[in-house]
Amino acid sequence: MEKEKKIFIKGNEAICHGALAAECRCYFGYPITPQNDIPEFMSRALPEAGGEFVQAESEIAAANMLLGAAACGVRAMTSSSSPGISLKQEAISYMAGSELPAVIVNMNRGGPGLGDIGPSQGDYFQATKGGGHGDYRLLVLAPGTVQEAYDLTIKAFDLAFAYRNPVMILGDAILGQMKEPITPWKPSPVDPGEGQEWRLEGARGRKQRILKSLYLEDGALAGHNLNLKEKYARMEKECAWEEFMAEDADLIVVAYGSIGRIAKSTIRKLRKEGHKIGLIRPITLFPFPKKPLQELAREGKRFLTIEHNLGQMVEDVRLSICGLAKSDFYGHLPGNLPTPNDFEQPILQALKNES
Amino acid sequence: MEEKLINPRPTVLADRPTHYCPGCHHGTAHKLVAQCLEEMNLVQDTICIGSIGCSVFIYNYILVDTVEAPHGRAPAVATGVKRARPDKFVFTYQGDGDLASIGLAEIMHCANRGERVSVVFVNNTVYGMTGGQMAPTTMVGQKTTTCPKGRSAEKEGMPIKMAEIIAGLGGTAYSARVAVNNIKNLTKAKKALKKAFTAQIQGVGFGFVEILAACPTNWKMSPIQANERIEKEMIPYFPLGEFKDRVSEAK
Ligand SMILES: Cc1ncc(C[n+]2csc(CCOP(=O)(O)OP(=O)(O)O)c2C)c(N)n1
Ligand code: SF4
Repeated sequence: MEKEKKIFIKGNEAICHGALAAECRCYFGYPITPQNDIPEFMSRALPEAGGEFVQAESEIAAANMLLGAAACGVRAMTSSSSPGISLKQEAISYMAGSELPAVIVNMNRGGPGLGDIGPSQGDYFQATKGGGHGDYRLLVLAPGTVQEAYDLTIKAFDLAFAYRNPVMILGDAILGQMKEPITPWKPSPVDPGEGQEWRLEGARGRKQRILKSLYLEDGALAGHNLNLKEKYARMEKECAWEEFMAEDADLIVVAYGSIGRIAKSTIRKLRKEGHKIGLIRPITLFPFPKKPLQELAREGKRFLTIEHNLGQMVEDVRLSICGLAKSDFYGHLPGNLPTPNDFEQPILQALKNES
Repeated sequence: MEEKLINPRPTVLADRPTHYCPGCHHGTAHKLVAQCLEEMNLVQDTICIGSIGCSVFIYNYILVDTVEAPHGRAPAVATGVKRARPDKFVFTYQGDGDLASIGLAEIMHCANRGERVSVVFVNNTVYGMTGGQMAPTTMVGQKTTTCPKGRSAEKEGMPIKMAEIIAGLGGTAYSARVAVNNIKNLTKAKKALKKAFTAQIQGVGFGFVEILAACPTNWKMSPIQANERIEKEMIPYFPLGEFKDRVSEAK
């Protein structure tokens, strides 16, 4: 791992730098705010890196181009924001069913429908519970800082190929537009052929390879779906989260992405005032870090989930702690940018709540 | 007298019982594509994009590396494949519901970008697999399960002539319409496929071949009647021929 000199960039750009460091060679996209920096950056940088950039006619086409490149075993990515991600779901479901490795970035904006172009976490259910049709899961990574956007993009490519599964990076308009200094690093070079005896390249004297999600013979789909289930269970070991001052805390705030980072600032301030508050910031949203939450619940701590929506991840938090501990929710409504101050009262209230 | 087999089975075509209905032209079209791949020495370097419809099982017949695309999206998938592996021969195989309805945007833009891919388009004027509903290519007056009184031009529009539309797009190098209802047309169909494939190999641009095909089951006809329908009803509206040929010009 070779470190480079610091650069000052936006979250959206960090994702592009990370993708290039991970040797992404194909990008397919369609404009939508707040992620336009990504296709704009890739249109310049990818051809220079010997790769291919296509501005597709729609998100549907972009996601299916991704499917085609993924079928060739090439490192490929698409990005979009909420309404665009809805259109990509058809191909994402097919990629999950055909076990194709691909990276999909969602810089979450407000919804439902056209919503607004401000930050939101309204797509949590869509990202972690399937989103498209059928019984499948994506690996979902939720960066909270610009550095993490870089690091997790590199990780996303490795995970996609390790599990032959689509990986989603779930950010939001705050992360995408925020500028921070980061230290880029170069991962070890990728061997494009390694372990890819499934990729399409022309039969060259061997038996044909077929990448498909159609299983009509008796019991065939059941067998396929069971294999997928085992794969999703294997992903448990990828669970990642940040723990901040949780050990001696009475109240654990659970928040992810930009909201997790803002909540951390609130907690820092309240700690100085003597309140025993800690944070768990899930970094993988699927697989969801149930274990650390369970352990903290067993120790008798209270929980407060903070999200930029009406309450989605809180369901996973409650499933994880499974009645072992008291749990509250505070939802910051989309349409404006929360500040650390906004979370102070809800946190203090949850600390007091005996209900 | 020495016997000569005019239409031999290429080895890249699987020797297995067909799932297509008697008289269905998908099998004939598969065989032609397989012959062209073999005669043009492309088999080892081909990636096929399967689509949705009766031909979804193309990979059971043409034994080349294949990926299955969602309904209508094969041209987008082909774009991704070709951009990732420009050194490979890439073709899609699509029905009329797939290509001319749900996938109209994908085919138009793939052709317009001039993607170096080849598209085999089987026009049988109905949605075959789902039970014979109206397609964008259904003929005026033709009865289907969703236009039981026959397609009406006022309510449902005129059948779409894809080969002509594709020919009008800038990236298209070759666009033709052929039929496989008799030996003479079969020979021409094979030539057209080879030209479309050549457009890709020589890097001239996008290649498109529309094949007028029979669906005896959903037309509720015998295979012989279905063949006659192609000659009497389809060809007069969907004329055979080459609508664009930049391959010959390029020579
Ligand atoms: C998104 C989506 N919509 C609908 C279908 C159902 N469907 C399966 S095959 C088909 C029609 C295919 O017709 P055509 O392309 O004409 O091919 P044919 O069966 O005639 O060869 C449809 C609508 C589907 N699989 N996916
Ligand atoms: S339904 Fe029509 S298109 Fe499908 S196999 Fe039968 S004849 Fe062929």
